[in-house]
Amino acid sequence: MASIKFAVDGKAVTVNADPNMPLLYALRNDLEMGNPHFGCGLAQCGACTVHLDGEPVRSCVMPLSAVAGKKVTTLKGLGTPKKPHPLQAAFVEEQVPQCGYCINGWIMTAAAFLKKNPKASDAQVREALAGLKCRCGTHVSILRAIKRAQQQMA
Amino acid sequence: MNARAFPTGNMPLSRREFLKASGALVVSASAPAFVGDALAQAPAGSVRPALLPTELDSWVAIGKDGRVVAFFGKMDMGQCLDVAIAQIVADELDVAYEKVDVVMGDTALTCNQGGASGSTGISTGARPLRNAAAEARRLLVESASQKLGVPPAQLRVDDGVVSSMSDPSKKVSYAELIGGRHFNHQVEWNKQTGNPMDIKVQAKPKSPSEYRVVGKSFARRDVAGKVYRTDNYVTDVALPGMLHARVIRPTRAACTVASVDEGSIRSVKGARVVREKDFVAVLAAHEWDAVRASRMLKVSWNETKKDPFPAMTGLYDHIRSAPVKKREDPVKRGDPDGAFKTAARVVEAQYEWPFQSHASMGPACAVADVRADGVVVWTGSQKPHFVQTGVARLLGLPPEKVRAIWVPGPGSYGRNDAGDAALDAAMLSKLTGKPVRVQGMRNDGIAWDPKGPACVHRARAAIDASGKVTGYEFISKGFSRINIQTNESDPSHSLVGMSTGLPPKPNDGFNVPAESYGFENKRLAWETIPPLLDSCSPLRTAHLRDPVGPEIQFGSEQFIDELAYATNEDPVAFRLKYVTAPRDAAVIRAAAEKAGWQARPGPRATLTGGVYSGRGIAYAQRGGSIVAVVAEIEVEPKSGRIRAKKFTVAHDCGLVINPEGLRYTIEGNVVHGLSRTLFEEVRFERDRVTSVDWVSYPILDIADAPETIDVVLINRPEVAPTGAGEPTIRVIPAAVANAFFDATGVRLRRVPLTPERVKAALSRA
Repeated sequence: MASIKFAVDGKAVTVNADPNMPLLYALRNDLEMGNPHFGCGLAQCGACTVHLDGEPVRSCVMPLSAVAGKKVTTLKGLGTPKKPHPLQAAFVEEQVPQCGYCINGWIMTAAAFLKKNPKASDAQVREALAGLKCRCGTHVSILRAIKRAQQQMA
Repeated sequence: MNARAFPTGNMPLSRREFLKASGALVVSASAPAFVGDALAQAPAGSVRPALLPTELDSWVAIGKDGRVVAFFGKMDMGQCLDVAIAQIVADELDVAYEKVDVVMGDTALTCNQGGASGSTGISTGARPLRNAAAEARRLLVESASQKLGVPPAQLRVDDGVVSSMSDPSKKVSYAELIGGRHFNHQVEWNKQTGNPMDIKVQAKPKSPSEYRVVGKSFARRDVAGKVYRTDNYVTDVALPGMLHARVIRPTRAACTVASVDEGSIRSVKGARVVREKDFVAVLAAHEWDAVRASRMLKVSWNETKKDPFPAMTGLYDHIRSAPVKKREDPVKRGDPDGAFKTAARVVEAQYEWPFQSHASMGPACAVADVRADGVVVWTGSQKPHFVQTGVARLLGLPPEKVRAIWVPGPGSYGRNDAGDAALDAAMLSKLTGKPVRVQGMRNDGIAWDPKGPACVHRARAAIDASGKVTGYEFISKGFSRINIQTNESDPSHSLVGMSTGLPPKPNDGFNVPAESYGFENKRLAWETIPPLLDSCSPLRTAHLRDPVGPEIQFGSEQFIDELAYATNEDPVAFRLKYVTAPRDAAVIRAAAEKAGWQARPGPRATLTGGVYSGRGIAYAQRGGSIVAVVAEIEVEPKSGRIRAKKFTVAHDCGLVINPEGLRYTIEGNVVHGLSRTLFEEVRFERDRVTSVDWVSYPILDIADAPETIDVVLINRPEVAPTGAGEPTIRVIPAAVANAFFDATGVRLRRVPLTPERVKAALSRA
């Protein structure tokens, strides 16, 4: 057991837990956040993506010990209905449908990518999002939403 | 089907208690708090009747503020079905669309309309809601008539306000007439439970020409909650004192438990083992401890059958040579055998489709709280009313003691692992006496979910000297699509049931192509074969999105193309020559026209800049809907990659309720279908499934998503609406394979169309 301090969505937190425990379980269980999601536990799908000091990471394999002293941002911290991130607004506008369990991964990954590459081409966007999974087949609307967000951010 | 599959009162929580508590307890966000307020303050004398289909109050309620609640016994799986229901109810009641809330998937609040099932959400699911809303309007207008002293025929309703046509100052609102109180009015139930449930009422629902809301596009109601993470999934349900559980499934198939070494998890403080016969789980207060313990627990397994599976390379030979367990010939016309005897030519082909996994985005999760006075189960299953029945039977309780609450889960495409998780959670809560949350790990959702059945399709056609098709035969042979039933109402069909000793109850069913080809001598048949393993098989088979639709149509619609080319016809022209249903012809024409189809009676088969390109068409019916799709693809012979450039879908499902919602639903079908066509195949060895994650069960990546999906909606207001959740997926595989043939001149008759198979096929050509 270890006492690990870090910040989540701008709030300082302390978690007393196994330092090898993945960050995902600290967020979902110790901090009682409904997000991110467990999808695979293997860093293969992206449903658990959060930003660690601004970089997208898969929280299902990120040991808690590696988070000490860092800033974690979740989907809730990215934006709110009153102050949405352009990607969140675009996902609503484009009505990215079906189960939505993967949405966290797409938005968090795309947000970090677009921050550095706001003018990325369609092909670059696809490349940056490679490996993320969506089972319901909403990829086409996800791409439309990202394009819409790019236009908003330009 | 159990006739008591819907609750009849005496619930652990009453309807009113639930609604009052809905803010405190984690439940679907679609249950609005105002109903609770309205009901809690209901005046004396207004008693809410029991939840029976014969009660109008079971279907529709009007709050004090005039808002309307529709109680829907199916649920939306992310295709905005709830929006369509709200539109239909709004039109019948003459209220604004925004004023209608839809409560779904709670057995204490909704009648058993069958859950999500067979794309029937609108076609059968909306019917009782439409009737109930029309009846509610009739009663409200009648009541207004008495109050205002104006005959009903001289009253009009505008957004929930009834007024006199001649004197608009004479008016009364729905809220004033009944807000917060109940109709206490009987309707005539057709005595059916599940999908066919319907009611008859005195009111006459509107004709489509009177619709104001139906036919317009409205936004989904769940997107913001998912994008801002303000709504909960079933994975987020948490109860005080809840234990987290992981069920331990063997790596191998055909195993029973020899012994469990409980000491092997001693180092995980607070973790414990629960075992009931061959059902083993670990539980802990913290989820990570349950995960750790599940990895550490040492279980010795006994092998009950050596090598229950054929070698994967021998799967299709196994199917071909397996004994036929059940056969049906749903279409038998003329004398096909005679036609083959006198044929000038016979064209034959076989098509093969592998086991596929639901592989939902997250492994299934459920939470159960089994108490002496009743049971509540939170489930992502698309059929919560059957979870109620299944849990009751598993625990030996009457169904009315069990309440199942659907909360959106991580994807749902049929009988996936959600059905097993719900019963696992119930069993574990019973055994521990605590609320239990079960979630699978990735391999539980891919290796251990019920599978879409592997199958082989034999097609042959007799052609006479003039090139006319005189005989046609298409016979599918494969594992049953209902070895595991489509719902979880019988615990014999669950892993926990079977592993605790319930006898498997395999059912046999498949299907035949759905089309209107008018070949005069025609036979469409199916044959099922025995399961590879009777009990607890990781290759047990069940419904997966559009059960056996893509599988069958991959063969039948490719074979139609093969016949077109064999008779020197263009594939579109050939289809138009033989389809007999005018709506089918219209759909095929619409897809071809929109896609700019260029007719040719042979494949393009031209390599340009190192890439082949081609287009293919496929069409099918499904439950009254008709869909045709033109796929445009590129093939890179060097890499073997198939790239889908564009799909043009023409879709006729009768009256269109919500055009934009329908488009999104069709898009999802296209991409899911493309994934199953190009990538998906459950891998296995002689004694185990080896597809356990996204590496060993690859699905479509965004790099492979089509560039464009063009949708043509054929709206037929005069035709009652039919389904859209599944029809499109069944034509995608054949359209892609037909495009591949057009591009390369080579046929691919086995799914998935992987780069290895593409390269091998091209090198043989």
